Amino acid sequence: MKRRTLLTTAALGLGLAFGGAAHAQAMDKVKACFVYVGPIGDGGWTYQHDQGRLAVEAAYGDKVETAYQENVPEGADAERVLTQMALSGCNIIFTTSFGYMDPTNNVAAKFPAVKFEHATGYKRDSENVSTFGARFYEGRAVIGTIAGRMTKTNKIGYIASFPIPEVIRGINSTFIHAKKVNPDVTISVVWAYTWFDPAKEADAAKALIEQGIDVIVQHTDSTAPLAEAAKTDGIIGFGQASDMAAYKPSPRVSSIIDNWAPYYVKRVGALLDGTYAQVDSWEGISAGEVEIGEITDAVPAEVKAEAEAIRDAIGSGTYHPFTGPLNKQDGSVWLTEGQTAPDGDLLGMNFYVEGVTGDIPQ
Amino acid sequence: MDLGGINPAVLIASLMVASVPIMLAALGELVVEKAGVLNLGVEGMMIMGAICGFVTAVETGSPFLGFIGGALGAMALSLIFAFLTQVLQANQVATGLALTLFGLGLSSLIGQGYVGIKPPATAIVPFGPLADIPVVGRILFSHDPVVYLSIALVAGVWAVLKFSRTGLVIRAVGESHDAAHALGYKVTRIRILAILFGGAMAGLGGAYVSLVRVPQWTDGITAGAGWIALAIVVFASWKPWRILIGAYLFGGITVLQLNLQAAGARIPVEYLSMSPYLITILVLVIMSSGKGRASLNAPVALGQNFHASR
Repeated sequence: MKRRTLLTTAALGLGLAFGGAAHAQAMDKVKACFVYVGPIGDGGWTYQHDQGRLAVEAAYGDKVETAYQENVPEGADAERVLTQMALSGCNIIFTTSFGYMDPTNNVAAKFPAVKFEHATGYKRDSENVSTFGARFYEGRAVIGTIAGRMTKTNKIGYIASFPIPEVIRGINSTFIHAKKVNPDVTISVVWAYTWFDPAKEADAAKALIEQGIDVIVQHTDSTAPLAEAAKTDGIIGFGQASDMAAYKPSPRVSSIIDNWAPYYVKRVGALLDGTYAQVDSWEGISAGEVEIGEITDAVPAEVKAEAEAIRDAIGSGTYHPFTGPLNKQDGSVWLTEGQTAPDGDLLGMNFYVEGVTGDIPQ
Repeated sequence: MDLGGINPAVLIASLMVASVPIMLAALGELVVEKAGVLNLGVEGMMIMGAICGFVTAVETGSPFLGFIGGALGAMALSLIFAFLTQVLQANQVATGLALTLFGLGLSSLIGQGYVGIKPPATAIVPFGPLADIPVVGRILFSHDPVVYLSIALVAGVWAVLKFSRTGLVIRAVGESHDAAHALGYKVTRIRILAILFGGAMAGLGGAYVSLVRVPQWTDGITAGAGWIALAIVVFASWKPWRILIGAYLFGGITVLQLNLQAAGARIPVEYLSMSPYLITILVLVIMSSGKGRASLNAPVALGQNFHASR
């Protein structure tokens, strides 16, 4: 009998342990920490993440304490910062750049009690790592439409940061939708190899303008490309990550706004009331994570209406930006008529669609 | 004339603009190092120049005053360095690094209310019909005054260091502060003045970034330009005209690789991005091999503190 009792106790213990893992304890107070790749004052990516942090503070008041660190380089330094944060009592740590993927997973393995939330990544090595992203390509579809309609030289320039799926998706989505409304359009991609370097971004914009490009789309974080575009008449661009409203009505004719607040508030809330669980979140226009900034009067009314129609169709789920027929750059079939891209293809996208010139750096 | 879709005249014109900040900062640092002081705070001084210049230009509406403000702001920061290293005899390397960190933080604080504001535009020098000359007009006569000022300053620094008594004294202090002291020169005072000059030049370079090249303020706007300036000083083996070459090389390759990409050239960008640094390493290896440190041309007393009691 004794052995049986022991087994029962063991089973009960196991059950408790498992139950404990599945149903996280409610907490009285949460310390939420944020790691930023750039400065809060970048007016773009990091600024929007910090707005999300402020929204968390506003939503939970005394029940939450936040901390953040700016300008954390992607790589080994990030690991040090994360370890420091985990040791200093953070309950949940948001790492807000793709390059923090490995550091996040490494540190998370050492601190099982701390929750880690990695933005735009795909690795969830341990149970306490969740990933979240936004379907920016939905926004790119809208501005791609505007770009295709607005270009007079039929040349669109794209300032890209790093050759990762996130950025390649954006290029493809922009091009597909520009091409749809303007079959003559071409796209020139410049890889800046930085998320944030205003001088380099301005130089990239300048190089594109000198090549006869009159619409600039950027996937870097500063407002420098817009400032460069403002120097020349007839060049337009789009706010990236943040509204970049200072450059209204032109060159900034619209923008893609990342709104992280709903997600951050939801996750910290879940930790507070004990419903927190590992997720892989990827929301877009419909959940309010991706917003399209005001389309200014520099854009003709019919183009504006067309762009808004696309935005609404994506938001309501009636239209997917990657709908076949679509071929890859080499001419092979990717999506057949009416087929929409599965998320797996999108998350690992490492090819251009047909019509984009140049190679993706490896 | 086109090279793979790139107009060389336009390319040269834009590389001249892109090189101005690093050229000015490197030139200032050259004088500082010639006087025997190693100030690693160039990045911090540049960004102070960037924000002070920006604030001054926005508040007064005059880009000219903006550049003056930028130079003064960075000078003020370099004065801290001068006080710590020349009066309190602090370690120059550590103080310089701290200066960079301090400058980055302070500029961010000052810049709080200036994000997203556009500064007044810096006008291009009106050369009239000269600017319409094909190729040459685009390269030589289509710039703002600071581009010409930067080249004039290179010539000025070269002439002063090579031909004037002042230059001789600065070099003497940098080569052997004990000998200079024995001759009756005020080593500390000369070094402080050199540090202030270096600060002013870095400030001008920084102001150029925030007023002309990017025209706006964002935190961390100089993004490492100060470190490149430091590398250029070594690359130039402490010779002013080589600073010009070094800056054009660095600026040129940055601009070239972006232009090549925009023009759709199939060249791996990673190699181009690395190339200025590779060339620097190569030059350093070539210079330091063979005839030893003398051929490197580094001031002998570089980085050594001086106190009259020794």
